[in-house]
Amino acid sequence: MSAYRFLVNGAPAEVDVPGMRRLLDVLREDLGLTGTKEGCGEGECGACSVILDGQVVDSCLVPICQVEGRIVRTVEGLSLAARERGSLDTLQEAFLDHGAAQCGICTPGMLVAARAYLDGGGDADEDRIREAIAGNLCRCTGYTKIVDAIAAVAHVD
Amino acid sequence: MPTRTLTPGTETLDRALIVDPGQRVPGRASGFPLRREGPAKLTGAAKYTDDIVFPGAWYGITIRSTEARAKLVAIEPDPDVDWSKVVLATAADIPGDNVVSLIKDDQPLLVPVGGEIRHHAEPVALLAAPDRETLRQLKGRIRLVTESLPPIFDPEQSDHVFAHYDVSRGDLDAGFHAADVILEGEYRVGHQEQLYIENQAMIAVPGEDGGIVIHGSLQCPYYVHKALKRALKLSSVQARVIQEETGGGFGGKEEYPSMIALHASLLALKARRPVRMIYDRHEDIAATTKRHPAIVRHRTGVTRDGRLVAQDIEVVMDGGAYCTLTPVVLSRGVLHAGGPYRCPNVRLRGTATRTNTPPNGAFRGFGAPQTEFAAETQLNRLAERLNISPAEIRRRNVYRLNDTTPTGQVLRESVAGEEVLEQALSASIFERVRERTGREAAARRGSGTIPTGALRTGDQRIAAGIGLALAWHGAGFTGSGEVMLKSVASVELTADARIRVLTANTEMGQGTKTVFPQMVAAELGVPVDWVEYAPQDTAEVLDSGPTVASRTVMVVGGLTILAARRLKAEVEERSAGVPFHEAFRDDARTHGGTRIDQPFEPYPGVVFDDVTYMGDAYPAYGWAAAVATVEVDLDTAEVHVRDVIAVDDVGKVIHPILCEGQVEGGTLQAVGYATIEEIKLRDGRYLNDRLATYLIPTALDAPTIRTILVEAPYSGAPHGAKGVGELPMDVAAPAVVAAIHDATGVWIHELPATPERILAALHGSTDSGSPVAEGGTSA
Repeated sequence: MSAYRFLVNGAPAEVDVPGMRRLLDVLREDLGLTGTKEGCGEGECGACSVILDGQVVDSCLVPICQVEGRIVRTVEGLSLAARERGSLDTLQEAFLDHGAAQCGICTPGMLVAARAYLDGGGDADEDRIREAIAGNLCRCTGYTKIVDAIAAVAHVD
Repeated sequence: MPTRTLTPGTETLDRALIVDPGQRVPGRASGFPLRREGPAKLTGAAKYTDDIVFPGAWYGITIRSTEARAKLVAIEPDPDVDWSKVVLATAADIPGDNVVSLIKDDQPLLVPVGGEIRHHAEPVALLAAPDRETLRQLKGRIRLVTESLPPIFDPEQSDHVFAHYDVSRGDLDAGFHAADVILEGEYRVGHQEQLYIENQAMIAVPGEDGGIVIHGSLQCPYYVHKALKRALKLSSVQARVIQEETGGGFGGKEEYPSMIALHASLLALKARRPVRMIYDRHEDIAATTKRHPAIVRHRTGVTRDGRLVAQDIEVVMDGGAYCTLTPVVLSRGVLHAGGPYRCPNVRLRGTATRTNTPPNGAFRGFGAPQTEFAAETQLNRLAERLNISPAEIRRRNVYRLNDTTPTGQVLRESVAGEEVLEQALSASIFERVRERTGREAAARRGSGTIPTGALRTGDQRIAAGIGLALAWHGAGFTGSGEVMLKSVASVELTADARIRVLTANTEMGQGTKTVFPQMVAAELGVPVDWVEYAPQDTAEVLDSGPTVASRTVMVVGGLTILAARRLKAEVEERSAGVPFHEAFRDDARTHGGTRIDQPFEPYPGVVFDDVTYMGDAYPAYGWAAAVATVEVDLDTAEVHVRDVIAVDDVGKVIHPILCEGQVEGGTLQAVGYATIEEIKLRDGRYLNDRLATYLIPTALDAPTIRTILVEAPYSGAPHGAKGVGELPMDVAAPAVVAAIHDATGVWIHELPATPERILAALHGSTDSGSPVAEGGTSA
């Protein structure tokens, strides 16, 4: 075992765990950040998506040893500034307004993928939005309202 | 009340349900409440079962059979392992009856030694340990000694019948005699996995009273409650079930959670500590229930001008190894098998049998998607045979007011088949598009690599097609189901002046937590934020029935409205006419709490005979039409569903955004059913039991879905609502298959319509003589 240090949602984190422990388990069990979900454990569903140095990754496929010294952003960190004001950020608000979250289990991963897309300069083009969230499965919405919500934010941004 | 269509962009909704005109919600939903638990879900704060920490909890796993059928001779833990550090439970540890209490008592919690293993992945023993690593090491150290028995996989070869129905009306022989054309068809559908993104999850916490508290992902708290009491010999108070945030259900968390809750409980009672039973995806797909596979055979007589005169339909469903809900699934499948069409001479027969595959169970649509795929494809083939447009043949046969169904039910109100049909045709400019795709198909014919086939490869390898389907869906439970359930829903004014809605109906994404307070607030004339929704905890709420059968808003929502009306009347009477919203605080201070428990009362005039299967099978029906457009790659037969227009009559729209969400989600599940979702079996085992191999549509696979909502209110429900959850699941798959036919000229009789099946049909199309559709020939 050795200690791994990295930034999670702007705050330093240190865990003393086996290097092959999944980032997903470190977030959920060691750091108590249960917003990130497990849907399949093999990188198919995207429920465990987090942003690692600006890239969307499936945290179930990332061993913690690869996270040493890196920057992780989870759903809990999407609205840090907004949360201090006691509210949602524009993307979360758009999801709420458009009915883009139903059962909510894919929502954290979906938000993370959408945030990375928008931060990367993504626009309101439907095909590009669908491409950006193609790694995130949703079984409730049919994706229509998710695409609408992301497009609405892209318009505003 | 008249039927009306809610045209997107116009303000035609009921103002009373708009609870806060000032809220910033875009478009036509302006003023409707936002999803109540939405902010928690959007910030990651919402607690799903696996997110909840119980200090000292152990992890539990299930040891499962690896054979489809065998006698269990012995369970042999490896003598070299120190088993004292963990807990092992078998059937011998069950204090009560070894059954998962449901319709029949055939399914054990754990196969007892000496008993029969009836399917692959059947639970045999349970193991709990302080950490998952120990479980991983020990899982393989328990040997199951078995004697193989011959399995049965073909439902038509099984002699164990779970259920059989035979419904007849008119004179079938006379009907076929009067027919100008008789068409036969056989249709097959396979398993479909619900694939909620949150896997099954249960935590059992032993109580000091010898009881158990369950925290879990589930649809029906009182199903689990009943199962706990029976198998663990607990009183109603000792068994307590709390639904946690639930990440999708679609029927998959209707009956199976009872099994998992019991497993976790057995381990928790033996370990004397909380036990977490969280399935991974592989186990969830391998072991839990699926949509029933079915074989549906049609023989249809029709006049030259396209009027149905005889329908002889036989449905065979594969129940899997145990009964679960199979008789009710079959019943709904059979009752919907003719489609939403008037026909004077009908025979509907259905049989469900036992096989040695994991048991099948509830899944959105509940038997109807299977039989309505067959009915719609059969009707589309009839239209082609008669050279009538698919729209026209439906116009000539769709149920109208006062028509009679095969069970003798006269449709006295709320009949909107024509309305949804015409709306779908108009929104999709169906006939115009079909004319174009027909011209293109005619130009392609004979030009490709398959002799006389529709193919042209190379530059013009993409063929477009458009398809239409129509469906009905009986609202609420079948037959006397609602009467037998005896649901009770409550609205309470507490002594400290809180207003609470209490039901056992769960939120699993569809919007219960939002629409129940919304409806009650509208009745009471108070802001929606003043109305609380009590947790789905059997210690707090009465049994308002399961969250299934699209019944939540229609049946239980109706009860909450009636309860709210009574509460309002009581308070206003005591306050000498001061309106409720001004009077309730003083009333609570002066008189203490008031709680109204509203029991279900049978819908007026609805009579069904469960023995003869005649009468009003459902109090009312929802109606849906779908038009799908597809592109088929003629080289690879890959299908891309581009657009679906979904028109659904739900009786009454309570919340347009949530209602559209149901239609869009159900439509995509049906598109998946039609195109890619398939379970492959070998020796009774699911081969593709992982998310890497069982595919569901991604955002790129999904069509653009446009929803049009229609309201044909049902007078028996105080708000007129008929339910929405399942209706869209019935209709999109046959529309996609019709569109594939329009593009390629071949009919796909077996779902999903995979490239392999389409190519096989194209290669065989010369002997079927099925011509490429000629567009625009409506008579």
